[in-house]
Amino acid sequence: MEFSVSNKAKRLTVILIGVGLLFTAIGVFTSMNDHHFATRLLTNGLINSFFFFAIGLGALFFLALQYATESGWYASVKRVIEAVAGFLPYGMALLALSLLTITFMDGAHIYTWMDPEMTNPSSHHYDEIIAGKAAYLNKGFFWIRTIVYLAVYFLFLRGFRNRSLEEDRVGGTEIHFKNYRKGATFLVFFAVFSSTSAWDWLMSIDVHWFSTLFGWYTFAGMWVSTMVVLVLLTTYLKSLGYLPKVNDSHIHDLGKWTFATSFLWSYLWFSQFMLIWYANIGEEVTYYMMRIENFKILYFSMFFINFAFPMLILMSRDAKRNVRILTFVGLVILVGHWLDVYIMVSAGSLGANAKIGFLEIGMALLIAGLFIRIILNNLTKAPLTPVNHPFLDESIHHEI
Amino acid sequence: MTDKVIYAMYDDDDVLKDGAKKLVANGVKISEVFSPFPIHGIDPIIGIKNTRLGIMAFLYGLTGLLLATIGMRFFMVTDWPMNIGGKPNFSYLDNMLAFVPITFEFTVLCAAHGMAITYLLRNKTLPGMPAQNPDPRTTDDKFVMEIRLSENTSFNQEDLEKMLRETGIIELDQKDIK
Repeated sequence: MEFSVSNKAKRLTVILIGVGLLFTAIGVFTSMNDHHFATRLLTNGLINSFFFFAIGLGALFFLALQYATESGWYASVKRVIEAVAGFLPYGMALLALSLLTITFMDGAHIYTWMDPEMTNPSSHHYDEIIAGKAAYLNKGFFWIRTIVYLAVYFLFLRGFRNRSLEEDRVGGTEIHFKNYRKGATFLVFFAVFSSTSAWDWLMSIDVHWFSTLFGWYTFAGMWVSTMVVLVLLTTYLKSLGYLPKVNDSHIHDLGKWTFATSFLWSYLWFSQFMLIWYANIGEEVTYYMMRIENFKILYFSMFFINFAFPMLILMSRDAKRNVRILTFVGLVILVGHWLDVYIMVSAGSLGANAKIGFLEIGMALLIAGLFIRIILNNLTKAPLTPVNHPFLDESIHHEI
Repeated sequence: MTDKVIYAMYDDDDVLKDGAKKLVANGVKISEVFSPFPIHGIDPIIGIKNTRLGIMAFLYGLTGLLLATIGMRFFMVTDWPMNIGGKPNFSYLDNMLAFVPITFEFTVLCAAHGMAITYLLRNKTLPGMPAQNPDPRTTDDKFVMEIRLSENTSFNQEDLEKMLRETGIIELDQKDIK
């Protein structure tokens, strides 16, 4: 069945973008003369472009995971996953724009290692630790890595999408087996890049600090946000009468993924926190000291919400099949994971000067509006149920 | 009280499922189905309620959580304040983080063992218990449907057997039980 974006949805995205623009404008005019304005603006750019880029990337990863494991159940929601992954090029553009601006401003107090003063031995800003990391953290190598990540993600995305549409036309199993190989190859790249890109884009904000777990932690947050978006989008389409082949069991499975990835995220958050708390080494605990000093309530309530909400509410089978409960929990933890990214970035860049005001909310709404509109638009470009997917029949009879 | 039980044997699970659907539509109560593997979708057809094992798992988990907390508070704080890396050792709460992994493990241990034992007890399949299935072939490649006459008082035996024969059975057996 062909999908068309309803007027209501169009209006909603226009309102989101409009309110977002208005709030951003108010935020810009009221804080333009602040000492930290440029840093704050770019921090917000980085937070929102990364958060929504990551949701698209999570969908690409999830799609590759289904290909590599030759899953059957997902076939009837495949186009939903593809639509979310289809935001990736736009997310990349936003992220690249944020990173480029920050680079031209010599780090803008976000990536302090980009400031040439830091690695200049004759400067009084000279930082020995940053100078020691300069072989990896320098503008040139940073951009080589960033371009490689984005190019690899883009090429795989284009390949998956083209083959998916081709499968609709020609059928057969050849495309399926090609997807299987490509999916597994993507996972190999993603296993490395998901960690290193998290170090480059997020961990290097707190440049003195490092954690080998950080990449997985970021990746788990990305994954759970993606699963929430997939649940919300699938149930939305279902409520409009689209996706007739998607039954309770598919919703249940997506709910289970949300539940499981929430646990994965909580587990990694706690593992990182506990080890650093236990070892109590000065250079490691600074990361948490900064967060506890400036974001105490927000930081721990964010963790509590992202952990306890899905755990207690989504534990039972009936809850995972209940669209209202799923929507409620999903929206709450989506905000929770936005806050996670917000604290990840702003605790390092702004520290005590960080606050959630018009600018923060406005930019989040603005990009959320764009995000929803682009995804809905992507859905109109292909039949909502793939036509010749070899596992389609299995997916239609999916029952758990 | 004596009862008569009819055992209908099938050699295909789909045939059994279709047959069961037909019988249930006619108002027959099927008391049990024996199968070498779980038959997908048979539970709602023959009217088996969802398992409550999940609720028990939650309760066993809570038990584990509580026991671990009480135990560690006693061992590590009350009985002998343990000095590990100079952490505050006169308060459970201040050291809570260090106890989380063990609490988690003990919760999982209690939930998993509790579930397994409950499952085996409830199904009367603890090691060494006598087999429940009417025919050893149901552990190989045959499927047996059990219908009790006492649960189907509106039908007589001939009616039930006639209906069963129309569903593609391969064997029919009956037994008097006490």
